[in-house]
Amino acid sequence: MKEEFTITVYSENRVGLLNQITTVFTRRHINIESLTTSESAINGIHKFTIVIYSTYDEIEKLVKQIEKRIDVLKAYWFTNDEIIYQEIALYKVPTKALLSGNEIEKLVRKYGAHILEMTEEYTIIEKTGHKTETQELYEMLDPYGLTQFTRSGRIAVNRSRKEPLNSYLKKLEEDRLKLAN
Amino acid sequence: MEAQTYESMEKKQVQSKTITGAEAVMESLLNEGVKLMFGYPGGAIMPVYDALYSYTDRLKHVLVRHEQGAVHAAQGFARVTGKVGVALVTSGPAATNAVTGIADAMIDSTPIVVISGQVGSHLLGTDAFQETDVIGITQPITKWNYQITRPEEIPWAMSRAFFIARSGRPGPVLLDITKDAQFGKLDYTYQKMTSIRSYTPLPIPDLSKIDEASHLINLSKKPLALIGQGVVLAGAEQELLAFLEKAGIPAAWTILGLSAMPTDHPLNVGMLGMHGNYGPNIKTNEADLILGIGMRFDDRVTGNVQRYATKAKVIHMEIDPAEINKIIHADVPILGNVKETLPLLTEKVSNNEHPEWIEEFNACMRIETERVIEKELFPETPLLTMGEVVRRVSEATDDDAIMVTDVGQHQMVATRYFKFKKTRSVVTSGGLGTMGFGLPAAIGAKMGMPDRHVCLIVGDGGYQMTIQELGTIFQEKVGVKIILLNNNFLGMVRQWQELFFDYRYASTEMVNPDFQTIAKGYYIPCAKVTERDNLDDAIKTMLETDGPYLLEVVVEKEGNVFPMVPSGAAVDEIRLE
Repeated sequence: MKEEFTITVYSENRVGLLNQITTVFTRRHINIESLTTSESAINGIHKFTIVIYSTYDEIEKLVKQIEKRIDVLKAYWFTNDEIIYQEIALYKVPTKALLSGNEIEKLVRKYGAHILEMTEEYTIIEKTGHKTETQELYEMLDPYGLTQFTRSGRIAVNRSRKEPLNSYLKKLEEDRLKLAN
Repeated sequence: MEAQTYESMEKKQVQSKTITGAEAVMESLLNEGVKLMFGYPGGAIMPVYDALYSYTDRLKHVLVRHEQGAVHAAQGFARVTGKVGVALVTSGPAATNAVTGIADAMIDSTPIVVISGQVGSHLLGTDAFQETDVIGITQPITKWNYQITRPEEIPWAMSRAFFIARSGRPGPVLLDITKDAQFGKLDYTYQKMTSIRSYTPLPIPDLSKIDEASHLINLSKKPLALIGQGVVLAGAEQELLAFLEKAGIPAAWTILGLSAMPTDHPLNVGMLGMHGNYGPNIKTNEADLILGIGMRFDDRVTGNVQRYATKAKVIHMEIDPAEINKIIHADVPILGNVKETLPLLTEKVSNNEHPEWIEEFNACMRIETERVIEKELFPETPLLTMGEVVRRVSEATDDDAIMVTDVGQHQMVATRYFKFKKTRSVVTSGGLGTMGFGLPAAIGAKMGMPDRHVCLIVGDGGYQMTIQELGTIFQEKVGVKIILLNNNFLGMVRQWQELFFDYRYASTEMVNPDFQTIAKGYYIPCAKVTERDNLDDAIKTMLETDGPYLLEVVVEKEGNVFPMVPSGAAVDEIRLE
C-alpha cells in the first residue's frame, strides 16, 4: 500500500545537489509531489523537504540511495503522523467580488485565512494549512472569479525535540575522533 | 606506497609555487602517485596536454583511438593493480564517448578518475562549439563529479576525486575543467584528502551483528558463502580463506568475485547465477544459511528473487549501506570493510566441517561434468568449442594469466573454464555488460601488470566494437594476447533467439572481415586455427611470441552456453541442456 511520506535531506551547499537527489526518484519512475529547499538552521547546510507516495519497503531504499551521494549529509523519512507540516497558498480574487457581499469575508474567517493586499482591482488572500485545507478554500473561492492561485511545497519539522542533524553531526565528530585515535 | 610518495612530496611542497591550472593537474596526478594515464587530446583540453609535454618523463600518457577505449583501459589498469585508473579527454563528443566506460566503472565499483576539458567558463550554457553538459550527463553514473571553473580549485578537486574514487566502495569520478581554469594561474600546494564530512566510506562494524552472525553460522548445517568483488577490492583474500577454512563453508562466486579464491581450492564450488555452475544454483535453495560477502545479489545471480534462498537465513557483509536489503532481505547485515569484519567473524565461529553438505556440491559437479563440461571440453564433433579453447589457453599459462573478456557467450565460457591461482586476475564487464570492453581493458591490464600474461578472450562481435584499439596496441607495443573466438554470430543473442524466440535469428549473423588481414595491417603477429590438432601449437606460439598476438579460433557456429537459469526462473530451475 502506498502512502504519503516526507523525506528531509541535509546536504552541503553545492551546485547540482538538487539534480542528484531528484534523479533518485525519476530513475525509479517516482513522481515528486512536493519539494521545498532552503538553508537549514545550521549554517552552510541545505535542507530539502520532499513529499512522495511510496511504501515502507521502498522509502527505506530511496533514502539510502540519497544518502549515498557524497555531498549529502543525512536523509530521514517520516510518515505524516511523525511530523508537523504546513503549506502556504495565495489566492487572488477581484475586489468587487469581495465588496458585493459578505461571503468571501465569511470564508476568510472560517478558514483562518487573511488578507495580504487589497487594491481597487484585486485582493490577495493567504492561507496556511495542509493541502486538503488550502484546496478546499480554493474550491470555495473559485465561484467568485478567482483569478490566480498558487500553493507552496511542504515544510515540516518532526515531533522530536531536536533537529536530528545536530545529533548526527555530533556522532560524526565522535567517530572521526575514534578513528583518529 | 602511494602514501609514502605523497609524504615526500608534501615535504617538498610546503612552500607554494605559482603555476598554471594545467600544470596543477599534472602536479596533482604526481602527488596521487599516478604514473600512467590513457587519453585523447582535443580543443578544450589542450592546455593540459601542453603541460603534459613537460611531464612525459614522469607521467606516461597512452594515446588511445577512441575515448571509450581510454576509460576501459583505465578500468583494466585499476582492476589488476588496485590503483586508481586515469583517463584524460576533451569536451563534447569526447566526454560523451567516455560515458559508457564511466557507467561501466560505476556499476562494477572500479576506481577511476576521468578528467575532461570544457569550454571556457564564459561560454558555459551558450551551446558553444564542443560544449556538452557532461556534469549533468554523468551525474547518475559517477560516484562524484565536479566542474572546475577556477584554477585555484584544482588541487582541492583532484585530491577529493582520488580520495572518493578509491575509498569505501570505489567508483568513477569525473572532473570537468574549463579551458580558462587550465590556463589560469594559482598558488599550488597539495594536501591529500583523508576525510569528507558528508561521506562515510567505512562504516564502523556493529559487534553485536558479528555475534548474531557467528551464532547463525555455528548453528547452520548447510551454509553457503557467496563471494563478490568486495573481497578483492578490500584485499581480503587471505581473511576470506581463513574464515571459510575454519568454519568449513563452501563458497561460490559472482563473476566479479572470480579469482578471489583459487579455482582448485576444495571449498570453491563454482560460479553463481545465470550461466554459473549447477551446484551453487541448486543448493542456494537448499542452504539453511546464505552468507553474502562483498556482493550485491545482482539479478543475474538471484534469478527470481521470490524463489531465492527459500530455506535460508541471510547474512550480508557489505561496505555500502544502500546494498543492505536492496534486493534480498538480510537477517543479519554486517556493514563494514570485509577485511575488517571477516577476521572478527573468524574469531567467533567454531571450527567446523560440513563434509556431507560439501559432498552434495561434488555430486552436482559430477552431474554437470557428465552432461555439460565433458561435452564442452572434450567434444566429439570436429568443430572446436569455446570451452576447450579457453581451457587450453588457461593450462598453457599454468593457470597463472590475467584473463580479460569481452561480453557475451565467450565471457560466460571464459569465466566457467579459465582457472586461477592468483587474485585480481579477471577483468570483465559484469554489471553493465559492455561489448567492446575487452580489447581496451586488456591494454590497461597489461600496462598495469606488464610481467604477467594478459589473455583477452573476445568474440567477433565485441572485438569489432573497439577494434580500432589495435592501433594503440601497435603504437605502444602492448603485449596483449588476443584470443578471438569467431563463430560469425552474435552468439549470446543468437542463443536466446534459438531458445526463446523460436530460432528467429534477427540480425545476429555477422559477415565478418578477414581478421588476419586487419591484424597484419596493424603489424600484429597473428594466426588462425580451424582444427583441434593445431590448437595447442598455436597457443604455444602465441605465448612465446614477444609482444601482442592475435590468435583467431574458428569455433562452432551455433554453440550454446549451459547450464542456464532462464530469465525470470528460480535458481533451482537451472537447465543443463
